[in-house]
Amino acid sequence: MQTLDRRQFLSGCFAAAACFAAQADVNERAFAGEAGSTVPRSLTLGKAKSVIQIWMWGGPSALETFDPKPGAGEKYCGPWNKPLQTNVPGIEISQSLPHLAKCADLYSIIRTMTHGTNHHEQASYIMQTGRMPGGGIVYPGVGAVISKVKGYDAGYDRKIPPYVVLTTSQGRFSESGFLGAKYKPFITGSDPSKTPFLVSGYVVEGITKERQEHRRELLETLDGASSVANRHIDAAREEAFKLITGDTAKVFDLSSEPDKVRGDYGRNWFGQSCLTARRLVQYGVPYITLNYRGWDTHKRHFETLTRKQPEWDQGLAMLLKDLADLGLLDTTLIWWGGEFGRTPKVQTESPWFGGRGHFGKCFSVMLAGGGFKGGKVIGESDATGENVKSRPVAPQDMLGSIYAQLGINPDAKLPNEKGIDVPCMPPASDAGILRELII
Amino acid sequence: MRGCPKLFCLPVLIPSMHTKILVFAVLLFNFARAGFCESTRCGDSTFIRRVYLDLTGTLPTAQEARTFLADVGPNRRAILVDKLLDSPEFTDFQAMRWSDVLRVKAEFPINLWPAGAAAYYRWIHEAVRTNKPYDKFVRELLLSDGSNFRNGAVNFWRAVPVKDADMLAETAAQTFLGKEQVSQWLTPFFSRVGYKATAEWKEEIIYWTHKPLNNPNVIFPDGTKGTVPDGIDPRAVLADWLVSPKNNEFNQCVVNRVWSWLCGTENSVSRPLSGKLCQELVESKYDLKHLYRFIANSEEYQSTAYPVRRIEAEVLQDALAKIFNVQISYTSEVPEPYTYIPARCRTVMLADASVTSMFLETFGRSSRDTGLDSDRNNDITESQELFLLNSTEVNSWISKYAQRLIGNWKRFEGNKVINEIYLTFLSRYPTDKELDIIKKQFSRSAVPPMQTMQDIIWALLNTKEFLCKH
Repeated sequence: MQTLDRRQFLSGCFAAAACFAAQADVNERAFAGEAGSTVPRSLTLGKAKSVIQIWMWGGPSALETFDPKPGAGEKYCGPWNKPLQTNVPGIEISQSLPHLAKCADLYSIIRTMTHGTNHHEQASYIMQTGRMPGGGIVYPGVGAVISKVKGYDAGYDRKIPPYVVLTTSQGRFSESGFLGAKYKPFITGSDPSKTPFLVSGYVVEGITKERQEHRRELLETLDGASSVANRHIDAAREEAFKLITGDTAKVFDLSSEPDKVRGDYGRNWFGQSCLTARRLVQYGVPYITLNYRGWDTHKRHFETLTRKQPEWDQGLAMLLKDLADLGLLDTTLIWWGGEFGRTPKVQTESPWFGGRGHFGKCFSVMLAGGGFKGGKVIGESDATGENVKSRPVAPQDMLGSIYAQLGINPDAKLPNEKGIDVPCMPPASDAGILRELII
Repeated sequence: MRGCPKLFCLPVLIPSMHTKILVFAVLLFNFARAGFCESTRCGDSTFIRRVYLDLTGTLPTAQEARTFLADVGPNRRAILVDKLLDSPEFTDFQAMRWSDVLRVKAEFPINLWPAGAAAYYRWIHEAVRTNKPYDKFVRELLLSDGSNFRNGAVNFWRAVPVKDADMLAETAAQTFLGKEQVSQWLTPFFSRVGYKATAEWKEEIIYWTHKPLNNPNVIFPDGTKGTVPDGIDPRAVLADWLVSPKNNEFNQCVVNRVWSWLCGTENSVSRPLSGKLCQELVESKYDLKHLYRFIANSEEYQSTAYPVRRIEAEVLQDALAKIFNVQISYTSEVPEPYTYIPARCRTVMLADASVTSMFLETFGRSSRDTGLDSDRNNDITESQELFLLNSTEVNSWISKYAQRLIGNWKRFEGNKVINEIYLTFLSRYPTDKELDIIKKQFSRSAVPPMQTMQDIIWALLNTKEFLCKH
């Protein structure tokens, strides 16, 4: 069934490329050809069914995560100069990530992500759309594109929208860009570490099913007594009631998980959000974002990290292992990263006194599952982590690879109702995909 | 509009003498054209709700509705229109409309930054408050120079994703002529706009570079030719062509805009009416309040054919906050320097479109990314319904409100409370049938009255009559 859906989608995708973007398509093939790559860029691998995007909102430091630099001295690595050897020989990560050090075979690291922008909002836009700002077109983020292509346009029939954000919106840019508001994420609100997890519109306390039905009856009686008609409201209300009175909300009921599992994820916002994300993947949601706050550490950098690193180290490692154990890691793609990294040199001067600033020139991103190989490192930064030494990776290379894993040809025309003729993801460098990670 | 042939603009009661003559002329014209097509004027309760929502972005209070519905004076509608046009809420709401058009947004893709957005908004708000003539409004924007912090209007040159002449031309064409196609003709006029930074963080100076145009001979979008002499800012030459009573496209653009704000974007103004409105605008010396007044008093606006559409995100949020007496507070987390937002700030008064909330995102407030009407999304979605039907927020607002009402329920007879609720939500009294339905709810023996009260409020809040302008 799933395969058929995917085939249908793929043929649609090719047809779209053939019909509407013939010219663009030809040009891009020529580009890929010129680069002399052996791997064609127009890939539609299609192994991944869902993406869990862990958005390290504010920009996480590469040195304290996946690219430690113990040799650079205290000016750079501060007090943290004892990286951990992972279970993959030759790969070292920060001393603050002991759980992730034990499962490095499950994920791969890009140490040379680069776009050069140090403004939050512009960098967020670049990382989520693969486009440079400007030109008068506001592009949709990856989640909105997946919501359309793998969701609404592909006959997605689940009740929960195809793009879910845990738990707050970023609001930095219109995530759906020119695709329109329909493809904006569903934002859960509330906090999954609280019981119950009061997902906005899905879960309320104190209203029984009987009362809900009585309310509906009364509403329809009062509506019927008024002359104001609006069929859009009728239709949306009908759908909403199906959700309210149906079983869908159980997806958000974490109390049905074994206590041990909940504990292993960590009983905090991040851990329980990871668990919720796993449940949403099992339910069939194709794109889930965790907007994880608190990484804009201009001040008290090491103090903040000492407090916050353990929770995501535990939660993310558990998510990887749990998905692997359930046989879901092959079809679930995990993308960890923020809008940029942080200045490798610690800012000791006033007013920072031991913080790190914004750094878009060279930073780390982690990818796992969904067809990507684990246990690999792409690119090398220099001795201080301030420059790319080899294999720079542009955001669009990574995003294009994610599209390919989802079965979306990055060269095909980005489907839209406005007739804007642009590819899903423009090529940036070389062959434009992460060859090293594609099985 | 649906139904009978168009009735061309039948201003009902307008005080000034000169308009009375005009009304008479239009009346004659109407009867000649439309024959005996039956008029479908909306009732007073529909009118008060409609005109409050369209002019001020607020719902009338129960008391305001009660007073208006008791008024039998022949001029009551025109008097109400005048009162609303002079209210501070009119200024706040129309400033929001113009801020959508002029893209007041601190962050991506407009990037005015907070202080620039605040200065721009203040300038717009003040222009609406003083009813700055529209020709003056546009000239001041087009000829503005100086610091983005000190002269709010210069942010017009900054409220674009790319600061180049092509983009500025496109934006100006779209803002003042309502179409982008002519932008290529405007590009030369904006090729000498300069930007420079100062020592002050995020301050920017906009200035005329004084560099002569490569080709001083210019062509305006209507095909007429002109020259930009040495020592003259090309923008001034453009402004002289653009802002002119003879420039029909310029007049039509703003007329269409105000019309769509009152009558909906899907309901375009008819050609003869548009001509009439342009004439009104020019003869009133670009008095926008006069234009609002003229439309709000027109038969077309007061017709039952007025299109049903959902209340805008900000207005709905404010209406709920006012009815339920809850404080919705907003914060600006990014970027620095953080914007100070007073606790009592209503949603329509938010200066910066980057400051947002889950509610505003769900209900499709304008992103102000392009300044086009499509930035605002007034579609009705399942997630909006989920929020209204089944969210913790709405249920907690309802409980507190029901708590207050139930006290009155015990003290007064039921009808009084039900009247109050209907006037509050729907600006009208309940019909006998509705009274019956409600009373029956309270007679269910197994259910505590408090729960019944909550359910009634929940139901009224979710009616199409409440959620829509109609």
